[in-house]
Amino acid sequence: MKRFLKIYLDKPELAGLALLIVLVLVFQAKSNGILLSFENLRGVMGLLPEMALVAIGVTLLMICGEFDLSVGSVFALMPMSMAVILNSGVPFTVAVLLGLMICGAIGFINGYVTLQFSIPSFITTLGMLFIARSLTIVISGGFPPLLPPDLPTWLFTDYIWQGSPFRMSFLWFVIIAALVAALLSLTNFGNWIRATGGFNEAAASMGIPVKRVKIVCFMLCSVLAGFAGLLQVLRLGSPLPSIGEGLELQAVAAAVIGGTALAGGIGTVFGAIIGTLLIRTIDNGLVLSRVDANWFKFAIGVLTMFAVIANAWMGKMSRKIKVEAHK
Amino acid sequence: MNTPIIECRNLQKWYSGVHALRNVDLTIHRGETVGLVGDNGAGKSTLIKILSGVHHQDSGDVLIEGRKVDLRSPKDAMRHGLETIYQYNSMVPSMSIARNLFIGREPMKWSVFGVGIMDQKRMRAESIQAIADVDLHLRSPDALVGELSGGQRQGVAIARAMHFKSKVLILDEPTNHLSVKETDKVIGFVRGLKAQGLTGIFISHNMQHIFQSCDRIVAMARGEIVFDKPTADTSIDEVHALL
Repeated sequence: MKRFLKIYLDKPELAGLALLIVLVLVFQAKSNGILLSFENLRGVMGLLPEMALVAIGVTLLMICGEFDLSVGSVFALMPMSMAVILNSGVPFTVAVLLGLMICGAIGFINGYVTLQFSIPSFITTLGMLFIARSLTIVISGGFPPLLPPDLPTWLFTDYIWQGSPFRMSFLWFVIIAALVAALLSLTNFGNWIRATGGFNEAAASMGIPVKRVKIVCFMLCSVLAGFAGLLQVLRLGSPLPSIGEGLELQAVAAAVIGGTALAGGIGTVFGAIIGTLLIRTIDNGLVLSRVDANWFKFAIGVLTMFAVIANAWMGKMSRKIKVEAHK
Repeated sequence: MNTPIIECRNLQKWYSGVHALRNVDLTIHRGETVGLVGDNGAGKSTLIKILSGVHHQDSGDVLIEGRKVDLRSPKDAMRHGLETIYQYNSMVPSMSIARNLFIGREPMKWSVFGVGIMDQKRMRAESIQAIADVDLHLRSPDALVGELSGGQRQGVAIARAMHFKSKVLILDEPTNHLSVKETDKVIGFVRGLKAQGLTGIFISHNMQHIFQSCDRIVAMARGEIVFDKPTADTSIDEVHALL
């Protein structure tokens, strides 16, 4: 019994899951059953993969002990640069790859500047938040370019089959989430990421190339944010320069609500997904319950604080329960 | 047999104008446990950092088993069998014992360019064995290192060094911040090194700890070695008077 309690306390994402179930039940009742209706779920499932992919990237980077505030801007820059490249007559596949390479380069710059000058990634990526947003607007010339009509949306955002609640983007999300989760728990690189974020000096003294590990995480985080932006733009059909504003903070909130530690070393992909689901459920549930939508940010704020306090408390309780066999 | 396991010849090191090591010569034989003492800034840490590959000497040579080596990184030092255990502890508290034991040296099922899937079953099995080998009994290799006491953590660090067949264990103030009981445990580990055929270099501010566990005392001051005697031929007072 004690052992089970401890296992539960050690996994803050399970508490998030419990809260999610409670919230779904409450909003389901308050919205007269609309929350879990097919049409509503269909709508929610369109946005979820986009936000969750950003949250997964941010979580990965936070586990390795760094932080990225520029994901919201990269979310807008990737599809915008792709649209501009497309309009110069380059094929779609090449344009997407170039767009993702731009994201990778931004992640590299974030990491390189942070590590080379030993400044907090909070500052570097705050700068990049402005830089990438500005670039997005500059290259668009102030007017969103038109996307060609024949893009392969069947591969990214169309419904998987006629009448399916899921779009292809959901499939991308599931596959990428599984890959990142496997990277973290099954590979030696995942071991290095956790060690680097958990205790940088110890990891370095064991010969882990901590700087390289961090730069790879910065790059993965940016590429995931850019890919998520691509999904949104293909879904909406137009690359607006303002998309993703405020997304960086929601992504951090999702990661933290899902049990990722700000100090690094701790966190899971599953937690990031639970955190995203919680935020989406609150957003959607408030609207459906006819609560003034401006309460949304209030609720996210309270939830974030509550989650961090609860996680700290759970960690403390867990340490108290020692299931020591013998000394 | 008579080739020394470590030989330092004329090691020199400057840190932005400060002469941290002046012509240090030090020979350590296999199976010896050497206590390295000295005040802050005497050069002990510099010497240790060179031997563990964190810094590189400006001139002079390091020989391991008679062969000249170039230690450019902690990985290089580990490859040559020199493993360092730091005072701050080289364990990651948020990770399990099994994962900690193999940081950077994970057994792999398969890998491409050094990255791939870890053999976690083997990691768990081998860490149980490694921990038992240093006479430490822990409930599970999946327990987080953060839940262990300071002494247990140093024990796991020593188990890790032994598991990877290190020849020389450098212990940089391993008893700092430990309770008396925990300290005794660590001193027990250090004394046990000889029985395992390992060479030890034990750095500490605490003369008692050094005298309890080492067979030779080396003292440093102002970047030089100023004293070097078997423990049996000296006393705490004599060493103290020098520093």
